[in-house]
Amino acid sequence: MSKRPTFILDDQEVPFEPGQTVLQAALAAGRYIPHLCYHPEFRPHGSCKVCTARVDGRMMAACTTPASPGINVESETEELNDLRRMLVQMLFAEGNHFCPSCEASGNCVLQALGYDLGVLTAGFRHMFPVRPVDASHPDILLDFNRCVLCELCVRASNEVDGKGVFALSGRGIDKHLVVNAESNQLADTDIALDDKAMEVCPVGVILKKRVGFAVPIGERRYDRAPISAQALADAPRSPEHKK
Amino acid sequence: MSNAALASWDNAGDEGRVLATLDRWRNDPTHLVQVLREVQEHLGWLPPPALSLVARKLVLPLAAVRGVAGFYAFLHTDPAGRYQVLFSDNITDRMQGSERLMESFCSQLWVEPGKVSEDGLVRVDRTSCTGLCDQGPGLLVNGWAIPGASPERLAVVRELILENRPLEDWPHELFEIADNVRRRHVLLGSDLRPGEAVRAALERAAAVGRELAANERSWREGIPGDSQGPLAVLREIELSGLRGRGGAGFTTGAKWSACRAAPAHTRYVVCNADEGEPGTFKDRVLLSSHADLLFDGMTVAAFCVGASEGLLYLRGEYRYLLESLEAVLERRRAAGLLGHNVLGRNGFDFDIRIHVGAGSYVCGEESALLESMEGRRGIPRNRPPYPVTAGYLGQPTIVNNVETLCAAALVAVHGGEWFRSMGTPRSSGTKILSVAGDCARPGLYEYPFGVTVAEVLADCGAERTLAVQVSGPSGHCIDAGEFDRRIAFEDLPTAGAFTIFDDSRDMFEVARNYVDFFVHESCGFCTPCRVGTSILQGIMAKIGRGRGSLHEIEEMTRLNQVLQMSAHCGLGHTACNPVVDTLKRFRPAFERRLQSLRFAPDFDLDGALAAARRATGRDDPGAYLEQET
Ligand SMILES: Cc1cc2nc3c(=O)[nH]c(=O)nc-3n(C[C@H](O)[C@H](O)[C@H](O)COP(=O)(O)O)c2cc1C
Ligand code: SF4
Ligand code: SF4
Repeated sequence: MSKRPTFILDDQEVPFEPGQTVLQAALAAGRYIPHLCYHPEFRPHGSCKVCTARVDGRMMAACTTPASPGINVESETEELNDLRRMLVQMLFAEGNHFCPSCEASGNCVLQALGYDLGVLTAGFRHMFPVRPVDASHPDILLDFNRCVLCELCVRASNEVDGKGVFALSGRGIDKHLVVNAESNQLADTDIALDDKAMEVCPVGVILKKRVGFAVPIGERRYDRAPISAQALADAPRSPEHKK
Repeated sequence: MSNAALASWDNAGDEGRVLATLDRWRNDPTHLVQVLREVQEHLGWLPPPALSLVARKLVLPLAAVRGVAGFYAFLHTDPAGRYQVLFSDNITDRMQGSERLMESFCSQLWVEPGKVSEDGLVRVDRTSCTGLCDQGPGLLVNGWAIPGASPERLAVVRELILENRPLEDWPHELFEIADNVRRRHVLLGSDLRPGEAVRAALERAAAVGRELAANERSWREGIPGDSQGPLAVLREIELSGLRGRGGAGFTTGAKWSACRAAPAHTRYVVCNADEGEPGTFKDRVLLSSHADLLFDGMTVAAFCVGASEGLLYLRGEYRYLLESLEAVLERRRAAGLLGHNVLGRNGFDFDIRIHVGAGSYVCGEESALLESMEGRRGIPRNRPPYPVTAGYLGQPTIVNNVETLCAAALVAVHGGEWFRSMGTPRSSGTKILSVAGDCARPGLYEYPFGVTVAEVLADCGAERTLAVQVSGPSGHCIDAGEFDRRIAFEDLPTAGAFTIFDDSRDMFEVARNYVDFFVHESCGFCTPCRVGTSILQGIMAKIGRGRGSLHEIEEMTRLNQVLQMSAHCGLGHTACNPVVDTLKRFRPAFERRLQSLRFAPDFDLDGALAAARRATGRDDPGAYLEQET
């Protein structure tokens, strides 16, 4: 078997399969690059920009940049982690995130990223948008206050469920989620509890009713291990990197 | 849904119109934006039953259709009033008094900006630059452009609205738009006959002695060595050194060669006539008075790269040009300049279709433009792949600016050497500048590249000039110390905007207007631009209220870094430029507004108690907070 091509990530060689992006190859090789809108089961999106890295001197989103032989990727630098902290602060500023009262606390990617990157202050002036909750569905609650517009639910509903329950409307700072009903109420869509779209929300927007706090805070996903470790555990790994 | 909305949907008539529109676009979901725009032209807005019908017929989720409708500024999913009056809000419109005009217009009509009048008659709002800076303030009424707004002209508009007169009956004089060409060179002065460039290209190809008769599959498949004809023309384009006139300045020859070389089922030539950069209006004039030159250029491009379809993306603000452009296309079809076997050349099939935009600046970004043409929200794509290999419908596509394609037509006639003899070593040919702002003679000026800013200022009669914004807000702002700089890719690159500010202008307000523009036009895809531009706007507002401090200045520098480093497209990369440039050159315009050079809270604690004082009738010293400043 011929040797797999490689590129350099923070001074170390990372092998990759043709077709992989820098982030995919890094995760498969057990190397973490912070990210939010990327999910191993969906086509890379490139919107949150948390995975921004310096690729041969140019700033690129690692999730959408194709891996290619010999490129030099810098990720674990103070400059880039500073940038990531500011992007996370921007997302906190944009929505209404009251973590202590959130059902997703401890399971939330935004919160976990904040901890992992050492975000200690608000950073930016919060915007406190008015985003009404959609509680119309008997079993599901949508709390748009926490939406980070990653489009994971949109991708899941389109690509896996084949339902198109979610879409984005508006633009700029007015961009927001809409649902597939003339009334724009979730109750009038054909969403189901076992839809893929129910699982993927990285924050606390799409919630099942009546199961809140089933797992107590302190024992949740990112309470047990930081997101950097969890992301590697989730990544499709090549055999030589499986522990 | 409100009763009013239901009432405005008349089942028999409206449904028929929507179905007819859908039919005309062959129920093809990639034409969604065109369908929505035309449905709205009939109904005045996009009522829910119309969206549902469109979604059903195009087999798209309703949510996706609403997502598209909600993206474009000119598409309305709420009743928008029988007349929608939009005041152009570029800084030059403001300098010409647009804000006061809009205010008095609203008060005379008894309406609040942005809200439909009680009787559903009219809604008045602002829109981004309408490309009428040389004859502003500009106006759009139900999408139709009116230049030179003045109290008198607005009084006429008001009467027409109050009389409920259909737009077709409005006096034509209101809608007359001048070219204002002040300085012609090879392009604006061109007197080529329609088709002359296409003919010249075919002759050039024939002259290489390899006329391919019969079915010329080879050049369509883009196998270079086997297709000497088109290659001879492409070589002239390469030789000319022509670089894109739309901003980035990419070498046109290289772009065309790459597209030609890419394996394809079909290839496309796209003309980017989105011209959204505030302060530019050159494409408007080329489209209205030199359309044949442009279509010649597109046809030459098609011949070079082996494309069979052309698309013109016309910005919504230039909707009024659609019929005349269609008429030119029709005339060209009749003359054999478009269609099957162009000018009798076997196998050379090429036709052009027009796609009308619906109000979005990002759609000028080439990959967002393709998304929009495919019926989606205008979000810039991830790259690679680039459009030259996977563009419109995934096929190799060249996207070029209007002026670039016109210049290419000239090259086809006069040759690359001729073109190269004009301009500077790295910027050959001429450049059309859209001159506006504080000068005696705003309009179009065409110069060979290399002209100095000072020469342009002298020609257009600018006096006491404080600053020039070259290439609009995404370009650069320069001050008097730099007026000897040259317009050229080597020094000051430009897409064409040349906006002049004299010493009576407040550069802080200029920068603020540009920031508002970026906030309004950010597509919202990526975090840094979506949130960052909005934060920047908040900071500018705070400084504007006289509550800023040095902290805010530093914050803006930090935001600039975030956007430069991580924004997804050029809009985000350049969104802080106006502030950064203005801060560098006109810092006092900011500093005299700062409350303190240290920290200043935005919140006025004592002011917040005013209501309580009023309510309790207190006005003694104890009812006031002492404030530290
Ligand atoms: C936000 C943004 C807006 C743009 N708007 C336009 C436009 O209105 N017209 C245009 O020709 N190019 C525009 N461009 C540049 C295009 O992406 C592209 O570079 C150009 O159309 C290529 O044509 P050219 O090589 O002939 O210049 C824009 C770019 C960005 C990033
Ligand atoms: S609801 Fe959740 S998954 Fe969907 S866009 Fe918002 S944050 Fe992402
Ligand atoms: S930089 Fe702005 S306009 Fe460009 S993709 Fe990001 S949000 Fe959209």
